[in-house]
Amino acid sequence: MANVLTAAPHSEEDVLIEQMGYDDHFHEHHDGDKFQSNFITTYIFSQDHKMIAKQFLITGMFWGVIGGLMSLVFRLQLGFPEESMAWLKPVLGKWIEINAETGMGALSPDFYYALVTMHGTILVFFVLTAGLSGTFSNLLIPLQLGARDMASPLLNMMSYWFFFLAGLIMFISLFLNTGPFSGGWTAYPPLSALPQASSGSGAGMTLWLISLVFFVVSVLLGGINYITTVLNLRTKGMNMWRMPLTIWAFFVTAILGLLSFPVLASAFFLVMCDRGLGTSFFLNEIFIGGQALDHVGGSPVLYQHLFWFLGHPEVYIIILPAMGIVSEVLAVHSRKPVFGYKAMVFSILAIGFLSFIVWAHHMFMSGVNPFISNFFVVFTLIIAVPSAVKVFNWIATLFGGNIRFTAASLFGIGFVSMFISGGLTGIFLGNSAIDIQMHDTYFVVAHFHIVMGVAAFFGMFAGVYHWFPKMYGRFMNETLGKLHFWGTMVGAYLIFWPMHYIGMAGVPRRYYRFDTFQSFSQFDDMNKFITIAAIITFGFQLILVINFFYSIWYGKKVTEKNPWGATTLEWTTEVDPGHGNWAGKLPVVHRWAYDYAKDGQEFISQITPLKEGETETH
Amino acid sequence: MSSFENTVYSRNKIHPQKFALLVSCASVVMLFAALTSAYVVRQAAGNWLEFPMPVLFLYSTLTLVVSSFTLYFSYKGFLAGNVKTYKYLLLLTFVLGILFIYLQYKGWMALVAMGVELGTNPSGSFLYVLSGLHAAHILGGLAAVFVAILHAFILPYEVSAKRKLRFEMTQIYWHFVDVLWIYLIVFLWLQQQS
Ligand code: HEM
Ligand SMILES: [Cu+2]
Repeated sequence: MANVLTAAPHSEEDVLIEQMGYDDHFHEHHDGDKFQSNFITTYIFSQDHKMIAKQFLITGMFWGVIGGLMSLVFRLQLGFPEESMAWLKPVLGKWIEINAETGMGALSPDFYYALVTMHGTILVFFVLTAGLSGTFSNLLIPLQLGARDMASPLLNMMSYWFFFLAGLIMFISLFLNTGPFSGGWTAYPPLSALPQASSGSGAGMTLWLISLVFFVVSVLLGGINYITTVLNLRTKGMNMWRMPLTIWAFFVTAILGLLSFPVLASAFFLVMCDRGLGTSFFLNEIFIGGQALDHVGGSPVLYQHLFWFLGHPEVYIIILPAMGIVSEVLAVHSRKPVFGYKAMVFSILAIGFLSFIVWAHHMFMSGVNPFISNFFVVFTLIIAVPSAVKVFNWIATLFGGNIRFTAASLFGIGFVSMFISGGLTGIFLGNSAIDIQMHDTYFVVAHFHIVMGVAAFFGMFAGVYHWFPKMYGRFMNETLGKLHFWGTMVGAYLIFWPMHYIGMAGVPRRYYRFDTFQSFSQFDDMNKFITIAAIITFGFQLILVINFFYSIWYGKKVTEKNPWGATTLEWTTEVDPGHGNWAGKLPVVHRWAYDYAKDGQEFISQITPLKEGETETH
Repeated sequence: MSSFENTVYSRNKIHPQKFALLVSCASVVMLFAALTSAYVVRQAAGNWLEFPMPVLFLYSTLTLVVSSFTLYFSYKGFLAGNVKTYKYLLLLTFVLGILFIYLQYKGWMALVAMGVELGTNPSGSFLYVLSGLHAAHILGGLAAVFVAILHAFILPYEVSAKRKLRFEMTQIYWHFVDVLWIYLIVFLWLQQQS
């Protein structure tokens, strides 16, 4: 593949790399290329980080579509309980129950809960963790740091395949006779710990647990690699303070995952013991069908502590990569250096640290000591500080910039909007007194969908539109991209904004029907509206899927190495980088990642040496 | 993969694979930190069965500590060209590791004989879970030592960078699971005093 170098006309960047690059003699060792010697090693069991990134992305998209469709099914039941769902019988089979007298088809309540649970599990873990951080950490860590690949390409490949296996097992659980697990994505005992507790608690929960254990393994293998690569494989000159914010975000994300997922694994392990070995870690004096079980002495709140010790960092594992991507995309497309680079880094670190000491804000209403709650209120509210710093810096980056309104930058701006809206409601919830009213209502659903669900998706979309040219050597269609943006932006607010009002009125989440509550009937129309908005917004996501796959084969070809005029290293490689990323020497870095609009130049690549008398900005 | 090893990485002070191993040890620490803090929280809630620790766990601890030393001196022998010390201390380490597992098993049996079974009370369940999960990590270590033995007895003796790295990684992991057990046993002992 080194011959590509001689074929292409030499750009300024090629010359710089050739003259000043770091020669690691990589291409003299041809054993490195054995990874890509045939179809299977190139496309399936690939060890090339760029291919693994694509595998994560496409698998994530698959799960995104499945998880999204699930939400439409349960929203239909919730919004239109009086309409017949018999037309879904060919797909859902026995889960649609037909009333013998009226002929009305309704979603079975068991399956309603199973769908809600699967929707949450799939979106949180498979799409927004694996699909987001898996994709972009893999793609960008080696490329933006000037490394040939990850520290261990083999572990990296295994990380993907464990994820694949986790998905496969979860997929199989959808077809169980008793249905998949139905006790909520948080899997609280006793529903998770007693196989006889509900129909999904038996085989469904067993597969759920196995799937997620494989998932934890995948996250750990990936995380070990990301951390090691960032700390050890940066090219010459790439000190930590010259790393793009994307890398900082992926790095801290990996550390969070590495420290919190083992805790989840320990909780799962204890659940397994309770399920299969007769222990009572989480079970205490339970009656089922009038019969007392022999479980005594366990504490279900203990599970909640263990779960949320992962669960809260997990939400930042989801949002930090999106934040990193947005910082980068906003800087590139507003042609301005990111505002307050160091403050951004310190905010990421602060958020990462604080995310470990706020978990009990999910448990204000679980009977934890109100005195201890105060401690968690304070730390929870402190997280708003670094979050606000970041929001301020994004806006300041945009302010007065020469903004190019591409699909990528639009999603970046949309991210900031979503993060503000959802972050503000977090401050309501973080006050334990207000949470008494809000807990387990649609207000919480609105909060986390906007701040985590939609915002993280926006970060992911910004990344996909921005780095698609690097992944496939072609552009995605911009018009479709903008259509996708406006549809999603408006649609997401239409879905989730009304939920705040429903929640403030006290409508609980995770209810199958509200017709027994007279006072909630005023929200029937709003519920219909939300369901319709959700269906339309889902339709807009299909535009992305079509645009994505169409562009892989028929998109406009990328003809120059650096189509966005960006400073970072991934744009100094060939348009379609081969194995090892740089055809010749490795680039050497001379400056930080955000030299835009400096000294009258639109942008200055990181590999350009400082001119005489020029000082490095930070 | 070897091309990576020979090239860029040579600029690092610590080999990336060794570093990755340390990072994974950190995640194992979190696993046990979670379980031991769950232990503390659960114990504070009452309904906690008290029972004496079988003395067998003391013997197993000593066995494991000794095995760390044998592995260390085997490594010294490897470096110094003392092929006999290298090979046989490695074998001894493996045997001590197996002995450790056996003693743990006997310890569990002693608990059962005392009437403390897996499901009797969370205090006992925690002990089984902590020592059981730890034993699983020892099995991983034994596999690594086994591979080291194969290298020692099959490959011709040489002190190459690659073999040194392999040996050092085996050693790091083995000492790690050793220290982990010492932490657990001290923790359990202290909790029983309180
Ligand atoms: C200013 C920062 C934030 C504060 C103060 C905050 C506070 C809270 C509180 C107190 C709850 C619990 C509500 C309840 O169950 O009664 C909550 C729920 C939640 N938050 Fe946030 N939050 C913030 C930002 C975020 C971010 C950035 C994310 C994700 C990216 C997020 C994701 C979630 C999720 C997923 C839940 C609900 C989990 C569930 O019960 O299923 N939050 N938040
Ligand atoms: Cu939280």
